[in-house]
Amino acid sequence: MPNPVSVDPEPVTLIGPDGMATAEERYRRDLPPETLCWLYEMMAVTRDLDAEFINLQRQGELGLFASCRGQEAAQIGATAAVRKTDWLFPQYRELGVLLLRGIPLRQLAAAWRGSWHGGIGFTAKRCAPIAIPIGTHGLHAVGAAMAAQRLGEDSVTVAFIGDGATSTGDVHEALNFASVYRAPCVFFVQNNQWAISMPVSRQLAAPSIAHRALGYGIPGVRVDGNDALACYAVMAEAALRAREGGGPTLIEAVTYRQGAHTTSDDPTRYRSAEELERWKALDPIPRYAAYLRHVGLFGERLEHRVAAHSARLRSELREVVVSVPDPDVTELFDTTYAETTPTLAAQRLALRAELAKEA
Amino acid sequence: MTQIVERPAGTPEPTGPLLTAVPVTAELTMVQALNRALHDAMAADDRVLVFGEDVARLGGVFRVTEGLSETFGEQRCFDTPLAESAIVGIAVGLALRGFVPVPEIQFDGFSYPAFDQIASHLAKYRMRSHGEIDMPVTVRIPSFGGIGAVEHHSESTEAYWLHTAGLKVVVPSCASDAYWLLRHAIASPDPVLVLEPKRRYWTRETVSTATAAPPIGRAVVRRGGSDVTVLTYGGLVATALHAAELGFSRFGWDVEVVDLRSLNPLDFSTVAESVSKTGRAVVAHEGPRTLGFGAELAARIQEELFYDLEAPVLRATGFDTPYPPARLEKLWLPGPDRLLDCIEKTLERP
Repeated sequence: MPNPVSVDPEPVTLIGPDGMATAEERYRRDLPPETLCWLYEMMAVTRDLDAEFINLQRQGELGLFASCRGQEAAQIGATAAVRKTDWLFPQYRELGVLLLRGIPLRQLAAAWRGSWHGGIGFTAKRCAPIAIPIGTHGLHAVGAAMAAQRLGEDSVTVAFIGDGATSTGDVHEALNFASVYRAPCVFFVQNNQWAISMPVSRQLAAPSIAHRALGYGIPGVRVDGNDALACYAVMAEAALRAREGGGPTLIEAVTYRQGAHTTSDDPTRYRSAEELERWKALDPIPRYAAYLRHVGLFGERLEHRVAAHSARLRSELREVVVSVPDPDVTELFDTTYAETTPTLAAQRLALRAELAKEA
Repeated sequence: MTQIVERPAGTPEPTGPLLTAVPVTAELTMVQALNRALHDAMAADDRVLVFGEDVARLGGVFRVTEGLSETFGEQRCFDTPLAESAIVGIAVGLALRGFVPVPEIQFDGFSYPAFDQIASHLAKYRMRSHGEIDMPVTVRIPSFGGIGAVEHHSESTEAYWLHTAGLKVVVPSCASDAYWLLRHAIASPDPVLVLEPKRRYWTRETVSTATAAPPIGRAVVRRGGSDVTVLTYGGLVATALHAAELGFSRFGWDVEVVDLRSLNPLDFSTVAESVSKTGRAVVAHEGPRTLGFGAELAARIQEELFYDLEAPVLRATGFDTPYPPARLEKLWLPGPDRLLDCIEKTLERP
């Protein structure tokens, strides 16, 4: 395959902001009706659950939360386009990705409540625990993709990273390694315009994040990150290429973080209300609903289904968050090594004695 | 040979087959012993992968990985682009998918670009997954000084790794330990840093692969003595044994030398047994004095053995400066003289 020589600066868009199909003809829109409806359901449910996470944080039940509001199309579209046997490497703002992958709510809540780090039960779903140090987990994805090559699988590994991460050295190393080894790895960048207070315009001077792919000799694709069908289509294309031995792809999904960086952040200090309003007008969920209406798939039945699904998940989330007991503190000592070292065993004993004395 | 199979998270490590070897007894340098260990580990388990800079075609700058690529193929022993963070980062991903990576960082001073991957991910993965995820990664790092190398090629990095929970750290002092510590490291479900003392790379010793040596976490008394205990590891074990001989022949001091071999897990019971007996301890390591492993050992000895001590625990170490240029390293490194001075001081106390 010849090295790509250009990146289209215009994002792939299949559904326009008005909810009408665009003139784009390189990608298909004809997913089965049930799939089209399911994409809507999962986006809407993600948004509602996201809001519930924020509520729980405000009520003091969670220590922190990083909302993905505004990025539902990118997350649901991209994740829906890969198989359950493909591996996912999420960052920390990937509620939609993790929900679609079937990570139990109890495990999703644990890290935000502060009852345990990372993620328990994630790898059983072929998903790495969330990664907090920005950009570092792209390399894990490349390693996993190199494992798939050695196992003779046709699986694909997806690294979910953000615009800020693309400035890190690790992301450069990951793209370079993936390219050199033609690893079946897709880098799905959600360019949500802001890395806390740093706008993407000051994050890089290249024409776009996707343009960086040219330096690695791999395809780079810009996609409208608020268009679920377009995200689905470009991810499906990249995944197929990877499965067939065509190597990695860098996808830049152009989207917007409607909420704060986390519940501890105040975005009014660094961005304007006008900007937020401009992007809210491009909100992925009403846009997709309008499209479904145009093709005759949106109706009361779907709305009811979404409402019931949301209500069920919201109440389940509240239930698991408030009812899950904190772990025993001595579990820290038992999970640091496969076999507790003598030094740690002594420290565990010391802490137990300290706690017994206080009791 | 075992087949590559995907291990569901949390299943136990097949440690048995990982330690199998063709029984051989041979005179080997430390480089040859490490090479033999890698060969045997790769033959015992198809999941073992060796990679790093110049490890395949060249066989490693010290030839530790010589012949692996030819014997096991380029899928299992491969050269990587020049990026240490990536070398450790892909090891994490390969381990997540069931492989047993044995990456090489070419020199101690180049482990720093990989620090984030080691400290934030490799070390923490087990705990942050509540023990679900094994990280059977062995990071080999040719380490320490004494070979007249250029800048950044003589660093003592152990204190950084020892301050990072979740890692094991071993430092062989001889060919036989190099073979077995590396075999045990590769068989370990936890990440192990193997810091190889370059200046002992070419020292020969009889190595037997017939029966497995004790696991990681056992110190050994290299020389019995009753007056003072020298606690050390790696390249300084030979220095300490030399100093002990000099001390005995010149002054009649009876010095016990303990080779720690594994710094984490630490075999403190062997340390305690020796220091309780002699009542005096000197710790020797190459790296800077402040917050070096000697500080931890001295603290622990006074916490647990205070009433057995006849004298303060002293430290024979490098200085709190950057590693010196080659022509000054002999003056900077703790040699027999600095060690004997410390021994003398502890013996002067009543």
